Amino acid sequence: MKRINWQLWLGFLLSVVAFLSYPLVFVNWASTRDFPWANLILFVVAALLVFMGIRRAFAPGRRRLSKIVASAVATLSVLIIVMFLFVAFVASRWLPPSTGAPQVAQKAPDFSLTDTTNKTVSLTELLSQPINGKPAKGALLIFYRGYW
Amino acid sequence: MRSIQQNLAKFNEVGIRPVAISVDSPEASRDLCQKAGYTFTFLSDPNLQAITKYDLVHKGQGEGGRDIARPAEFLIDSSGIVRWRMLTENYWVRARPEQVLEAAKLLQ
Repeated sequence: MKRINWQLWLGFLLSVVAFLSYPLVFVNWASTRDFPWANLILFVVAALLVFMGIRRAFAPGRRRLSKIVASAVATLSVLIIVMFLFVAFVASRWLPPSTGAPQVAQKAPDFSLTDTTNKTVSLTELLSQPINGKPAKGALLIFYRGYW
Repeated sequence: MRSIQQNLAKFNEVGIRPVAISVDSPEASRDLCQKAGYTFTFLSDPNLQAITKYDLVHKGQGEGGRDIARPAEFLIDSSGIVRWRMLTENYWVRARPEQVLEAAKLLQ
């Protein structure tokens, strides 16, 4: 009887979903972004399913091919999990130390850069332009990697 | 960025102007703002002028190995003094609007 090993495939599919759902979905909320607990839960379920799939594939009476396929799919799933842990907990910390960044209570270096209307604006201007008719109290500079 | 846009009214209310800075060209930022609906200021720093001054250069991390900015946030008061900052240690972790709005209470 050739019944599909659904635990195995569902587990594999879930590990792919667990990986992709971090950058595509869960990164949008601080509570699921700062620590990827939602993704880790998905991975645990995926690993359980794959484990069940492996046991099923290696049960007596299964064809050799199903064992080979199950081993390959399980290896891929494990690789996906390891890759996620690496991206989320190791590679994400590869940032320059920025020891020379202005500290609290220090003067922020002035700059003049181009805005989206190709107009040049300086930090001094940004701090002196009123907001909604009231004098500005400050500016929040958000440096980001960009989308190129 | 999205969370900044969602809280823009609150930032305006306390007199804080959010300013996003990256190596992206003004055209690229304009496209981004149109697509994502961002209405606050986006500045283009392709020559890493400000990014270098703030010591935020992340070497070779951009397209084709070009230098870009590492994520960081600074709250500057109207006299140009840094009153709060966040230099994240994890690429995925950024300042939350609540943190900035809390820090903004320090400003005169």
